[in-house]
Amino acid sequence: MNKLLDLVALIGAVALGTVEFIGELGLFALSGLSHIFRPPYYPRLIGKAFMEIGYFSLPVVALTAVFTGMVLALQSYTGFSRFGAESAIASVVVLSVTRELGPVLAGLMVSGRAGAAMAAELGTMRVTDQIDALSTLSTEPMKYLVAPRLVAGTIALPLLVLLADILGVLGGYLVATQKLGFSSGAYLISTFTNLRAEDVVSGLIKAAVFGFVIALMGCFNGYRSKGGAQGVGTATTAAVVSASILILALDYILTQVLFVKVK
Amino acid sequence: MSPPKIRIRGLKKAFGSKIVLDGVDLDIQHGTAMVVIGGSGTGKSVLIKSVLGLITPDAGVIEIDGEDVLKAHPKRARQLRAQIGMLFQNGALFDSLPVWENVAFGLLAQKRIKRASARDKAVEVLAQVGLDASVADLSPSELSGGMQKRVGLARAIASEPAIMFFDEPTTGLDPIMGAVIDELIVDCVKRLGSTSIAITHDMASAQRIGDNAAMLYQGRVSWTGPADELMTSPDPVVDQFTHGRAQGPIKMALRK
Repeated sequence: MNKLLDLVALIGAVALGTVEFIGELGLFALSGLSHIFRPPYYPRLIGKAFMEIGYFSLPVVALTAVFTGMVLALQSYTGFSRFGAESAIASVVVLSVTRELGPVLAGLMVSGRAGAAMAAELGTMRVTDQIDALSTLSTEPMKYLVAPRLVAGTIALPLLVLLADILGVLGGYLVATQKLGFSSGAYLISTFTNLRAEDVVSGLIKAAVFGFVIALMGCFNGYRSKGGAQGVGTATTAAVVSASILILALDYILTQVLFVKVK
Repeated sequence: MSPPKIRIRGLKKAFGSKIVLDGVDLDIQHGTAMVVIGGSGTGKSVLIKSVLGLITPDAGVIEIDGEDVLKAHPKRARQLRAQIGMLFQNGALFDSLPVWENVAFGLLAQKRIKRASARDKAVEVLAQVGLDASVADLSPSELSGGMQKRVGLARAIASEPAIMFFDEPTTGLDPIMGAVIDELIVDCVKRLGSTSIAITHDMASAQRIGDNAAMLYQGRVSWTGPADELMTSPDPVVDQFTHGRAQGPIKMALRK
């Protein structure tokens, strides 16, 4: 009987903890969003965060996109050649990259790079009293630290994904034309015939949502970290894991919503 | 008699089942320096963080210039607290900013100076704490512990606050550097005519920077008196704490 009660208590504690976490995250997100629209504004900090999230993530996102496009072309060829459907490779590559792989892979890579860095920076600031110091210097920490990162993340990721789309298609094109013997003109015609603006736009909408989520989880976990170096490490891990899971889950939800709209 | 600059009554704060502050009463008169002493974990930092608004107390009154900051409109509470300058224990300097931007941060945030003239103002304040212009462009991580404390002090005094808080200002410093920092604190507080609260474990420092002292024990202020009577106080708790005796009421309390 006692073991049963312990189990019920454990389930209850987990449920309460989960609800508390969701509530805290929701309030944190609302507070961060509200500070975006209320002065004072910090354009320099938005620019700095944009460089950290966007510009410095360019190499890793670019490499990921190129190799993904290349592998996609190879794999598609291997599968489609069994049915004589090699001509579909160009459309598979362009649709996969723009609709799914571009935003999701860029999101995961930026989460691992910039999301982790945000959590580590804010976590260190928390455990060394720097966030408290901001408050004592007439500066609202949510406005100074969180709002600029949320704005920068939401703007930077679509731009990164736009680049990833181009490079992913380029990777597929290179493999198809240089290794699989496709004609350059035919491949490009097939690519652009099958590509619609909605495909790119839906990917960019996803990217904006993922960018916001990466910044939110990085800031949220860093901001509430405690316990010194170990706490900062835990916050960094939590930021990457939670952002990655949310990206994958939101990708499904957004695909369903956008698919109905786009058809 | 004029009302105290800071008046604290019945301040309570608990973290879960652990009661840290259990009805703190404390008055700090205009232009005086109060030193709060007490063992580790007795709530000294919680006390000043409550006044700063970094921690929300469970109950009590905190008045600044006769206004209760806990009941005031948030905007008014921010205005009242804006007159407090704080020197954190480890400096808490922003490591992403150069020294001059750390020093001028509060002035820029309050829009009291333009960014173009901020560096010159920061250099001027750095000089007041004995640092020359060559450190202005350094990163805080390039400074020694003593220099970081000086920069932290410069940041705290830059906006010429009416109230100043010092959280263990000499911790981690050698005795000579500790005395230098204390001298700077006394000099800055007197020059600005500020009211100050310092929390410390360092008895020499407490007597150098404090006009009055308060002993925090079991969540309450158990003794107050002139700082220069700290070492001669007949109060058994103060006597044990200031002389670092192993035997006495504090140890008894810990054994419960």
